[in-house]
Amino acid sequence: MSECKHCETWGARLIAWIDARFPLLKVWNEHLAKYYAPKNFNFWYFFGSFALLVLVNQIATGIWLTMNYKPDARLAFDSVEAIMRDFNWGWLIRYMHSTGASMFFIVIYLHMFRGMMYGSYKKPRELVWLLGMSLYVALMAEAFMGYLLPWGQMSYWGANVIVSLFSAIPVVGDSLATWIRGDFLISDVTLNRFFSFHVIAVPLVIVFLVFLHIVALHKVGSNNPDGIEIKEKKDENGVPLDGIPFHPYYTVKDLFGATVFLAVCAWIVFYAPEFGGYFLERPNFVPADPLKTPEHIAPVWYFTPYYSILRAIPSKFGGMLAMFLAIFILFLLPWLDRCPVKSIRYRGNIYRIALALFVISFLALGYLGTIPPTPTAAFFGVLFTFIYFGFFLLMPIYTRLEVTRPVPERLTMPKPLLEREGWFWNLVRQAVSCVRKAPWYRQLDAQWQKIRTFMENNKYLRHFL
Amino acid sequence: MSEIDIDLEKRRFLTRTTLALGAVGAGMAAVPFVSYLKPGAGALEAAAPIDVDVSKLEDGQLIRVEWRGQPIWVLKRTEEMLETLTKIEPLLRDPDSDESVQPESCKNRYRSIKPEIFVAVGICTHLGCSPTYRPEVAPPDLGKNWLGGFFCPCHGSRFDLAGRVYKKVPAPTNLVVPPYRYVTDTHIVVGEEQQEAV
Repeated sequence: MSECKHCETWGARLIAWIDARFPLLKVWNEHLAKYYAPKNFNFWYFFGSFALLVLVNQIATGIWLTMNYKPDARLAFDSVEAIMRDFNWGWLIRYMHSTGASMFFIVIYLHMFRGMMYGSYKKPRELVWLLGMSLYVALMAEAFMGYLLPWGQMSYWGANVIVSLFSAIPVVGDSLATWIRGDFLISDVTLNRFFSFHVIAVPLVIVFLVFLHIVALHKVGSNNPDGIEIKEKKDENGVPLDGIPFHPYYTVKDLFGATVFLAVCAWIVFYAPEFGGYFLERPNFVPADPLKTPEHIAPVWYFTPYYSILRAIPSKFGGMLAMFLAIFILFLLPWLDRCPVKSIRYRGNIYRIALALFVISFLALGYLGTIPPTPTAAFFGVLFTFIYFGFFLLMPIYTRLEVTRPVPERLTMPKPLLEREGWFWNLVRQAVSCVRKAPWYRQLDAQWQKIRTFMENNKYLRHFL
Repeated sequence: MSEIDIDLEKRRFLTRTTLALGAVGAGMAAVPFVSYLKPGAGALEAAAPIDVDVSKLEDGQLIRVEWRGQPIWVLKRTEEMLETLTKIEPLLRDPDSDESVQPESCKNRYRSIKPEIFVAVGICTHLGCSPTYRPEVAPPDLGKNWLGGFFCPCHGSRFDLAGRVYKKVPAPTNLVVPPYRYVTDTHIVVGEEQQEAV
């Protein structure tokens, strides 16, 4: 450890040793300690880090589930039941995984909505948006293939419907669907390849895309609720005037958010893991039966908006095309939106109304996808499909007509940072001083002081203080 | 922001409580993940005690049953077979089973609860092969001193009819006798220890 003779502690010397061989401090500074993020991040800025958290959860629980899952059409269903009943805490790990899948989509949808509200897809963040959209598509593939693995009725028929979609493609459709299945029907072969994709291929793609998404974001810097570039106003050290270091400010903020988020997730996992049939559909607790379709078949909730669009078009090929177009058109958002103002705070009412209609139609399509296709539902399905596509296809026109408001020079803060320290800390402070006065605390503290003195006098132990 | 008075007390308090609670939380979250790796109900079921009916055993007959994935031998020994156990003792490494594994109720010359019924794990204590049952006396391949017993085909270890190991063979100790008990005179349970004398 010759690189740093003057370093005081072992820790500092270890970091110096690593730093001479790996850009540890550089990465730490560039992406955390000296990555300056706008100081006015609000509630909507939690969801990126939540998505990362859910990804970690999915990978960890996924590794554990893979240990006892058997990708074999004869064994798969029973092996999942064995995980649920026979292996210690298997039910918890599986419910963490299944709830995690739904939470992933909730978080991602809110994350995408945030981007649409504050114009986070606009120049210079087009690539951030495209990489994010690719992540969304990869996530859908991951979820779709994962849903086949329990080999329940919904797994089987859901996969059957989606793969059959490809057969709608003219000329090559049928052989393409057969190629995807590796068989003439969804079978053991299909299960095995979906398992391979679900546990290896797609997770690798997702992790790589997350890496690119973050690298691209940190190149251009985060957008913010005001939608102005903080990099345009810097102090003499080159630090954005309206920026604060990501660490500790936003790491702590995200950590706090994560505890609340995990509490919500824990409530679902422990009290409503099936979430009324939305997170885990009831027919999926029946083993797959290729001879009998369940009476009402619907995809998991996160796919239902697209499923509604598929049902709204009275043509096999057209429905498939519309469904894939509904996803693909999101990629084009940075070029469809012609308004120079980013944030919805300063954009015209026309965009606010359009975005509201889009959100309503997305939620409505989602709901319609979960109910049986009655004529009324079909009518609304068509209506909201029109609104969904209208939002995007008319965007180049109405965003040019927008009457925008003046954009501020600097970030606006509803309450200055310094005034944000609240009554809560005063309460804690009083509680702590009460504890300090208590005799048992003094005795405890006296003991600790003895240990401390001992450690200070020991040449090895003092490094731990 | 250097002009701001930083409340160091608050910072320390929050850092320490967060670290402490976070460590507790991470520790508790790790419990299911560690526990999941232990044998599940399926493995425990496979490890459960098994019933063996010994009423239909003929004299000198050996049956093999499976318990915890191991072959368990149940042998009904004849009077002549039991007599060989005394004669063979000078040739044995551990005739009193002091170095070997068996339940307390079987630590005797016969290595069994009842002398005629012998129960053992049919796995050689050398390297885990399953020895062959050779009840015949002085066969050509085992020599004239052979009074019946078990011969391991892998490395030539020899055991007598109580599973006791011969001297000058690779196996270090006698065959393992698993815990077992008599439910009735003709019905034993392998995997549970005999509590009271029969």
